Amino acid sequence: MTALDVARWQFGITTVYHFIFVPLTIGLSVLVAGMQTAWHVRKNPVYLRMTKFFGKLFLINFAIGVVTGIVQEFQFGMNWSDYSRFVGDVFGAPLAMEGLLAFFLESTFLGLWIFGWDKLSPRVHLATIWLAALGTNLSAYFILAANSWMQHPVGYRLNPITHRAELTSIAKVLTNSTTLVTFPHVLFGAFLTGGVFVVGVSAWHLARKRDTVLFGKAMRYGLVVSLIAAVGVSVSGDLQARIMTKQQPMKMAAAEALYTTSAPASFSLFTIGSLDGGQELWSVRAPHVLSFMATGDPNGKVEGIDDLHKAYEARYGPGSYKPVVPVTYWSFRLMIGFGFLAGLLALAGLWFQRRGSRWFHRAALASMALPFLANTMGWIFTEIGRQPWTVFGVLRTKDGVSPGVGLGSVVTSLTVFTLLYAALAVIAGVLMVRYVRSGPPSEEETTTEEPLPAFSY
Amino acid sequence: MQLTTVWFVLIAVLWTGYFVLEGFDFGVGILLPALAPRRDAHSDIDRRVMINSIGPTWDGNEVWLLVAGGATFAAFPEWYASLFSGFYLPLLIILVALIVRGLAFEYRGKIDSARWRRNWDRAIFWGSAVPALLWGVAFADIVRGVPLDAGHHYTGTLFTLLNPYGLLAGLTTFGLFTLHGAVFLALKTRGEVRDRARLLLMRIWPPVVAVAAAFLLFTQVAHGKAATWVTASAAAVALLAAVTAALRGRDGWAFAGTALTVVLSVATLFGDLWPHVLPSTTNDAYGLTVHNAASTHYTLTVMTWVAVVFTPVVLAYQAWTYWVFRARLTRDVIPVATPAAPPVATGRAEPEKSTGPGRVAGPEGTTA
Repeated sequence: MTALDVARWQFGITTVYHFIFVPLTIGLSVLVAGMQTAWHVRKNPVYLRMTKFFGKLFLINFAIGVVTGIVQEFQFGMNWSDYSRFVGDVFGAPLAMEGLLAFFLESTFLGLWIFGWDKLSPRVHLATIWLAALGTNLSAYFILAANSWMQHPVGYRLNPITHRAELTSIAKVLTNSTTLVTFPHVLFGAFLTGGVFVVGVSAWHLARKRDTVLFGKAMRYGLVVSLIAAVGVSVSGDLQARIMTKQQPMKMAAAEALYTTSAPASFSLFTIGSLDGGQELWSVRAPHVLSFMATGDPNGKVEGIDDLHKAYEARYGPGSYKPVVPVTYWSFRLMIGFGFLAGLLALAGLWFQRRGSRWFHRAALASMALPFLANTMGWIFTEIGRQPWTVFGVLRTKDGVSPGVGLGSVVTSLTVFTLLYAALAVIAGVLMVRYVRSGPPSEEETTTEEPLPAFSY
Repeated sequence: MQLTTVWFVLIAVLWTGYFVLEGFDFGVGILLPALAPRRDAHSDIDRRVMINSIGPTWDGNEVWLLVAGGATFAAFPEWYASLFSGFYLPLLIILVALIVRGLAFEYRGKIDSARWRRNWDRAIFWGSAVPALLWGVAFADIVRGVPLDAGHHYTGTLFTLLNPYGLLAGLTTFGLFTLHGAVFLALKTRGEVRDRARLLLMRIWPPVVAVAAAFLLFTQVAHGKAATWVTASAAAVALLAAVTAALRGRDGWAFAGTALTVVLSVATLFGDLWPHVLPSTTNDAYGLTVHNAASTHYTLTVMTWVAVVFTPVVLAYQAWTYWVFRARLTRDVIPVATPAAPPVATGRAEPEKSTGPGRVAGPEGTTA
């Protein structure tokens, strides 16, 4: 184990952990804003109770997303100082914009929303949750612009004297084709997460015949959002795959464990054989599908790992340019699989809704995990698939690590974060379950006439 | 003015905003056990008065830190890289502190159990006290300089940072933020919490003033310039004025005074630092300045436009938030029962008991 390995594990663990909570925040912020809007428009108290119930769950989740986000911004400098020196001129800009344009908006207006129920007019109060949701979604845009630059660097030049990347066009960075397809993909994934969450929670209560009017409405709402999001996630994912094939062909080849260039290329659904797909004993393959996914043409040529590797060695010098194929291969499959099942649940739910099937309620509860798993797999896929690069074709991961930070420090940091995050997961989980079970506030609790300050703490 | 100067000033402004705003948040957290001791019958409700006084705004205040970090990354990547990798362990401790503290505010009232609350109260205290101290240490070390090699990499250890001057600075920020928090509570609350905050002020101001004066004097003797002697003296005057106003019960003026003290102290430190951003104690040439740490002119231009357009907007809505929540808090406006801590088994929150006007559960679905 070197400091580099440990720093990579820390980045992986803290980022995956952070992104368990973030998509739910993004999805629920908009869903809860929608619920409050329904209350505002229709004046039916059931929507107010719905807003407050899901709003509370949203906040439990939001808090942990926020605090783990601080680590994200700091660890570039702490563990990846040479990366920071190299990319700061380009990469720092979207990060700073995220803080100034998105984080302030999100945190300030969420504070107003939590504490402002009786201090603001209903219309202004409604605006606060929408502005907080806007901030949350904007922050996703800026951080994805930063990440997309690592996947597909544009709008920069390499300074031959300092050997640093320098920004030449902020417009190109913010309208990077990778960003433009990744942003909707992540957003739809987040809405799917939020939608399936609402569906699962509603199913739990509906199965126990509690508050059936409220949860019936929430169920329908969650199902419709999930279905739209599932369609959106696949369409945007499809566009992304094509762009990825052009920009990072090695990632696509590794995703398929496609060693030799093929036209047409089949999509392997499932393989039994060596883990890296190098040897196949048995597999289920869909002919032409990979060609279509990668190029839009069912007979299109998809380059294989071995050929790409030769080309990269010719271009970048001798070395290894292969990502860890088994991880890339399986995370890609699992991402699609989990996402597909979540979409299927939404479709089945809309079908069964009229009859309220007990099996559906169980399935919905179990399915709450699916979008989270799909999100996690998606990030593992896209980040592992880019290796050995941090900035594709420009900077290798091993060249980005902090040279002055010793193994002891990084190990300490990894240990502290892993233990702390594990404890926080238990606490947040316990709270979440408790508040899901306790159900929405009663009507009298939400309609107190007294103009009293609202206290959250 | 050169753009590198503009960004040096802007980053100073962001840190100043952070310390002024989160400074009193830290103070409130540090004072939690002192102003609402466990043995007191009203301990819990007083703690809730205190926490609610910063409830709507603490998260927005903390974003100043994130933006300061992001702005440093964008405008002075070398500074960001050397500072954050060099001050590794103190930053790790600060991060852990900020994590448990942030969650403590959100989660403390979510389960009605004395043990649960006691643990989160500890998190609030330590999560406030530790960063309040360590930020002082960090900034003193930035001004003093740290061992850097030719590649601007930090070559010291944790104990290089924990030098006597750094620790004096840590005590200064700890003391100033505590005072700032006490003054804030006197301004934002009424009743027992305010009385205790004022009583405490009378006891703690002499040591705080002494430590702060010693720190500023040391700083100025070692690193001072004509201009920063002015700001440092003004900081001292502002601090004494704040104490005077506080002792006379002029809460608003006292708060303005402690806020100004923080502003002027941070201005002094940044003024002393200029044009360096992280001096090297091993060799002057290895140090980082606004010139060799900065991003390109184009990046700075872009970021300047972003800052010029959006900073006023942010300031406007944050100021508006403080205006919305300007009312003083008292025990009476806090709901009696711990909000929204329903028994699990019933599956439905018990309506909270009303014991009279002003004690009804707030109409907030987000009660907790």
